[in-house]
Parts: sequence; C-alpha cells; structure tokens
Amino acid sequence: MAIELPENVVISKLDELASWGRKNSLWPMPFATACCGIELMATGASRHDLARFGAEVFRFTPRQCDLMIVAGRVVMKMLPVLQRIWQQMHEPKWCISMGACASTGGVFDTYSVVQGIDRFIPVDMYVPGCPPRPEQLIQAIIDLQDKIQAEGTVSGREFNTSRRQEPKRALLELPVLQNTPPRV
Amino acid sequence: MPVTTAIESIIRRVDGVTTDAYKAQHRMTAPVDSIHEVLAMLHGDYGFDLLVDVTCVDYLNYRDADHRFGLVYVLSNTDNNARLIVRTYVDDPEPTVPSVTDLWKGADWMEREVWDMFGVRFADHADLRRILLPDEFAAHPLRKDYPLQGRGERHNFPVLTRDHE
Repeated sequence: MAIELPENVVISKLDELASWGRKNSLWPMPFATACCGIELMATGASRHDLARFGAEVFRFTPRQCDLMIVAGRVVMKMLPVLQRIWQQMHEPKWCISMGACASTGGVFDTYSVVQGIDRFIPVDMYVPGCPPRPEQLIQAIIDLQDKIQAEGTVSGREFNTSRRQEPKRALLELPVLQNTPPRV
Repeated sequence: MPVTTAIESIIRRVDGVTTDAYKAQHRMTAPVDSIHEVLAMLHGDYGFDLLVDVTCVDYLNYRDADHRFGLVYVLSNTDNNARLIVRTYVDDPEPTVPSVTDLWKGADWMEREVWDMFGVRFADHADLRRILLPDEFAAHPLRKDYPLQGRGERHNFPVLTRDHE
C-alpha cells in the first residue's frame, strides 16, 4: 500500500534526525592552553571558517557547549580543572584531543605534564600535528560529525555501551604514587 | 656610588666575602651566616633598592663543586642602574638561609618558588608555602636527584569514563 506524500514531506528515523541536528550544530568549548589554541582560533576565523560546518559558536562556559576541544598540553595542576569542565558539560557531548601534546604529552615527558588526556577523560577524535593545521581540525570535526550521525540515538543509549565503559589504559599499568612521603 | 666601591667597602666590613667580575658584571659571594647582613647593607647603605630575582642552583654531581645549593640574589640600584649578583651556598640536610622579605617585600613569592622547586628553607619567612606546584606535591622537582618524569604524580588522578557521569 503506497502512501502518497506531498513534496515538502521527508520521512526519516527519529534517531537519525536527532543525530543530524546534533552534528550540524556543535558548540565547541575551547580548552586552549598552548599554541594549538592559535590554530583553533584560526579555524574559527574567517579564512578557514568553521561556520561552514555549523561549529563556529565558541562558548566559554561549559554549560552551553557539547564539544570540548582540548588544544595544547595539560599539566597536572590543570587536569582537575579539565575534568571539572568536562563534567559540567551536558550530554550528549564529545571531545577532540587536538595536537600531539593533548593526545600523548608530545615532547613534554616531564613530571608535570599529563601524557595524554585520554588517560583521564574520554576522547572521541585525535588530531595529530604540532600544531595541526586548521584543515586537520576541520577534518576531525567532519569525521566526528560522521561518527555522531552513525551512532547517535534520541535517548543517548550509544553512550552506555560496554565498549564505552571499558576503562582507559592509564592508571593500572602506570606507576602510581604509592607511599607518599609526609608533607614537609 | 659605583658598585665597586660598595663591594670593596663590604669586603672590609664583613669577613669571608669574596668578589669577582666578568666584564661589567660584578659578583659577590658571602657565607650563609652573614648573607643577611651583607644584603641589608647593600639595601640600606648602598641603594640597592630593587631585588630583581632570587633563584637557586643545584650543584649535585657538579664538577669541582664544594656545596650542594647556591642561592643567587640579583640586585639592582634604580638610581644609577648598577647591578650586583650576590651568592651564598648551603648544604644538605635542611638547607636554610635567612629570608630577605624584611628588606624587600617582593622577595616573598620568589623565596616561595625556590622553596617549592629546590626545598631550600627560608628562615623567618612569614608564609613559606608552595607557590607553583599543588599543595600535596611531595618533592622538590628541580633538584638534580629528582627524576625528570617524576614519581607518578601526574598519573595520580581519577579516570572519568562516560558511565560515571
């Protein structure tokens, strides 16, 4: 039995419609701590024009954002701030780790620099480069849009799969400060 | 008053003070017992009213070094732009030097930074807390015997996953 539709009616799945809406209106939270932040600003500015992909509205409060872009190295003292901001963002939310430092610590393998933010917060997309070109960041955002479209649901159950809940590599296999000497 | 006059005068007045110069840079070394006296003279009598920097050098395993830590005070006279570097040496255990916050108020944070990074105590400092590192940090990382990659401090955080939120 065929139903005749008017020309201005489109049939879609509600999940896909929600994902389509989400992926085309990403609001980035710029967590820019280093030179990657300059490339992030260039990406948002007129030459590279992130507005073409619906992600140009940078907001400096996590409560209005759904995409955290960590651009630059994160030091040990900054990590609680990063985690707090991540927790303040509303679901559904995504995270891009931009550049070598945010992804792996980069050249800063020292006592104070966190060796990759994915050890402590979930990351959806990694951008290599030191710093990455704006084109690379835009590519990451496009890839993230595909990911959002592919797995998004209205209820957000894609955030609750067993694969998502696997603990990040991180603490168990790394040396942890066991016997802290008494504070002087 | 040229800086050389101040140096010569202090050498006459205080025992154990030595001096050397490289081009126009004048340096003075005082024993730790008289470092506060020397700095007070330079501040009060010779017009060194600006303490540019207080920093420290760890001479562990350094060639020909006699002491563990070298404290460096960089002074400036804002009237005639004279510069003078004053040094003193301290050793383990419990390296301690007198605080100069009574002479220059600006020494406060610089001495806290030296304490934070090198673990050199400043006697009579009113508020000797860590300034850069987190309060619970248990080491002094610019010491030469501290490993570059730390002792696991940077891994000591809770891991956030999506199901915990």
